Amino acid sequence: MSVKVLHPGLLTTIQDLGRYGSQKYGVIVSGAMDSYSLRLANLLVGNDENEGTLETTLYGTTLQFEEDTLIAITGGDFLATIDGIIAPLWRPVLIKKESILKFNSAIKGSRAYIAFAGGIDIPKIMGSKSTYIRANIGGFEGRALQKGDTLPIGEANSVSKELVRQLDENNITWSINFNELVNFNQNKTIRVLKGTEFHRFDKESQSTFLEKPYSITVQSDRMGYRLEGPPISLSEDFELLSEGVTFGTIQIPPSGKPIVLMADRQTTGGYPKIAQVISADLPSLAQIQPTATINFKEVTLEEAEKILLKNEQLINKIKTAIHYKVFN
Amino acid sequence: MPIQHIETNIKPLGDSALIVQLGEGIDPTIHEKVKNLSALLTNHPFEGLIEFVPAYNNITVYYNPYTVHSSIKGTVTAFEKVCTRIDHLVQQIKIDNSNSPRLVSIPVCYGGEFGPDLEFVAAYHNMTQEDVIRIHSESDCLVYMLGFAPGFPFMGGMDPRIATPRKETPRLSIKPGSVGIAGKQTGIYSLETPGGWQIIGRTPQNLFLPQMSPPSLLQAGDRIRFVPISPSEYLDYKEMKL
Repeated sequence: MSVKVLHPGLLTTIQDLGRYGSQKYGVIVSGAMDSYSLRLANLLVGNDENEGTLETTLYGTTLQFEEDTLIAITGGDFLATIDGIIAPLWRPVLIKKESILKFNSAIKGSRAYIAFAGGIDIPKIMGSKSTYIRANIGGFEGRALQKGDTLPIGEANSVSKELVRQLDENNITWSINFNELVNFNQNKTIRVLKGTEFHRFDKESQSTFLEKPYSITVQSDRMGYRLEGPPISLSEDFELLSEGVTFGTIQIPPSGKPIVLMADRQTTGGYPKIAQVISADLPSLAQIQPTATINFKEVTLEEAEKILLKNEQLINKIKTAIHYKVFN
Repeated sequence: MPIQHIETNIKPLGDSALIVQLGEGIDPTIHEKVKNLSALLTNHPFEGLIEFVPAYNNITVYYNPYTVHSSIKGTVTAFEKVCTRIDHLVQQIKIDNSNSPRLVSIPVCYGGEFGPDLEFVAAYHNMTQEDVIRIHSESDCLVYMLGFAPGFPFMGGMDPRIATPRKETPRLSIKPGSVGIAGKQTGIYSLETPGGWQIIGRTPQNLFLPQMSPPSLLQAGDRIRFVPISPSEYLDYKEMKL
């Protein structure tokens, strides 16, 4: 089974939950920008949460299916159509042989995920199917999709097959509720923890950062979001040696304009870190469109953990509910 | 060797990572502790540990708070649970200088098209290009950490006589294998990237080996010796690799 790329869209890559375990060798993590949407897309077609999916950005891809294929679309709303009819999101969908799935411009969010039952049948590199464009590894030939590419689709499992049977009988009337996991509003509050060098910034900068809005510039990508807003300054210059950073680390380079590190961040960085986006809010941050504004709000580590654990329990509940619906 | 109580400072890097600080500055003794704790983490991983990244004087530890919570009993935060585990490992750090590090020879073709800034570096220090090559290749360097790009080593120990500031305008593209100087540091570009280092030569060795395990020629703790080679040896080496 395979899927043909008729149009790649602005930037469409294969991503899973990321390449872990090789950061100490300087190999970046990559993976989905919005991990919650990716996990849910996979669960909706009976895959493992970590299976490779397509991540399409702002202006989406067009695909043609060689055979009947079970898919799920999650993440932003790109007004996707199947042979011209609006495709449902956040639920399993059976695409018929020769049908064309076309994504348009994002009207909500900025990244959509397309999971295929059986996954994308490409080799894992260092334990992951994620695309690492700069090093030209992982994903589809180490690069973004291009017109004419043919994606091999893996063998569907028993859950997927049962979903297909129920879809054939028009028995699936449900979709999942993602509202508590990902916020698709354009202007939103992003919760942060104090960064490891927060105390190195002057008092005025500390309060500015937590009180004033910042906008996402168009120079933002999978590597990092460059923010525009009142500049932030250190109380006094100091030299920070390069050290490990992570998804959501907010660095302040000499320009004073914050940079939020995203999925394709480098493994280490040497700029002082004013804050750290809480893990639970990274998917919502990933769905912001350029030029939108955000406000940062400080929470405690206890709160951040609590929110994260609640979300994990919610995903587990969704997983159980899907299995229940499939086999009962 | 007696176990001494080592003061550590552990700070959260968000809700899913933390930094274990083992000292300040760039110092081979502190780096021994970093290496030692890395080995302890490899041999005694805790449930929920994802991976860790050693740096000059600290280690960043990445963990899954959900797994930590489900696997380690107690009502405290996942962060505190991980801190307890790491404190326990830190107390087992033994500074053992008898371990000899790996010595890796890096062949380098200095100057010419491979090292376009060798002339500048020599002129900057009022020495000949041969002097720069001799000084750069006669003392060993220590790999403190990998980062910036896959397989890219951050090294210490370059002779300060050839320390040279970065270029005012960075190059848009630097070929992989390029050996450069930036201030007191020397490094080797592992991927084609933009960069502002003074490029004095190039190695035919690949630093990033995505099909190998580990995927990097160099590892933190390695000692590096640069070995000057001629342009024809460079080409022979490249062909041999193919």
